[in-house]
Amino acid sequence: MIYLELFLTFFKIGLFTIGGGYAMIPLVREEALNFGLTESEIMNFIAVSESTPGPIAVNMATFVGSSQGGILGSAVATLGVVLPSFIIILLISALLKNLLKYAGVNAALSGVRPVVAGLILATSITMFLSVVLGLGTIADGVSFDWRAAVILGMVWATSFGYKKWKKKAVSPILLIVTSGVLGVVFYELLK
Amino acid sequence: MEKKSKPTVRLLWELFFTLFKIGLFTFGGGYAMIALFENEFVSKKKWMDHDEFLNMVAIAESTPGPIAINSATYIGYKQAGVLGSALCTLGVALPSFIIIYIISLFFDAFLAISWVASAFRGIQACVVFLIFNAGVKMLKKIKRPLDVAVMIATILCVVLFSVFAIKFSTIFYILIGALVGLTTYFIGLLKKNDKEESAK
Repeated sequence: MIYLELFLTFFKIGLFTIGGGYAMIPLVREEALNFGLTESEIMNFIAVSESTPGPIAVNMATFVGSSQGGILGSAVATLGVVLPSFIIILLISALLKNLLKYAGVNAALSGVRPVVAGLILATSITMFLSVVLGLGTIADGVSFDWRAAVILGMVWATSFGYKKWKKKAVSPILLIVTSGVLGVVFYELLK
Repeated sequence: MEKKSKPTVRLLWELFFTLFKIGLFTFGGGYAMIALFENEFVSKKKWMDHDEFLNMVAIAESTPGPIAINSATYIGYKQAGVLGSALCTLGVALPSFIIIYIISLFFDAFLAISWVASAFRGIQACVVFLIFNAGVKMLKKIKRPLDVAVMIATILCVVLFSVFAIKFSTIFYILIGALVGLTTYFIGLLKKNDKEESAK
């Protein structure tokens, strides 16, 4: 039953995402791969989720849900990802007002934080291997995509230059649009 | 600030509509939303003061789930109980849901256009950068040597397991992290006790 599976999967993702939007990407990626989506499909979903309004988690849940089970699939996936938050916050507001003051809870959270940072960095590394070196698993072998490497370099330079020039971080949407234009130039015009 | 009286229909509608508006106009996820929440909840509507707002953000960040959803549930409950929190959560999630669902209907057809597919190949390189950047931001907050070791071990395991196609659930990493945090905390307590014992 795909709907129950979507609901439970995203409920689990909602329950184990600590630290907001990006922290959920490693979890969604893993489950989406299990559902049979490819790395590049997942990255497209992330790009669209980043450049449309709203919480990334909800966007990703709706997207993956829709790809697996249409409108009902996207509804149950979204409900699933939202429900743990909803229940936990209600419990805290109504009953456990001092939950965050317990030393044990803080100790567990402080142990989770470096793991989440590691998971996010590792996700970017595996995606880098896939996009630039065409390496999913060792069985795939390596095929270097110089265009992806150049685009990645230019995106980094844009972000770095913008920060030096404007003294503030560049918006992800501007970077996505820039890289989209570069994609058209390198993959379409310079074929 | 908690309202004990029965929430009016007008308040419920206002909660839903405010959160719907925030959901519709925030790009870039949770942290971008926090600024909007502050503007709406604290400055405009005076639903909470600044201290309570900071408390809300602390809870939203350290409990599971998307920060936006956590904050919406919190503010809704404070203003109008369980019904209020349900409406706020629905409000903040609904714009995303509608927009992404509509996009998902056309996405495959859209990607079938050659230059769109090329644009998305470029965008994938950007996604690598965005996620790396988010990781680096979190990395900067990590100070203790043990935490650095845990982080590096996580990166090595995830990348190697992924390359060699070994399955190991992401959830296990998170649970191990919590366990490491608790263990070091209790070891710290024991050491403290020992010192106090020997001082006697």
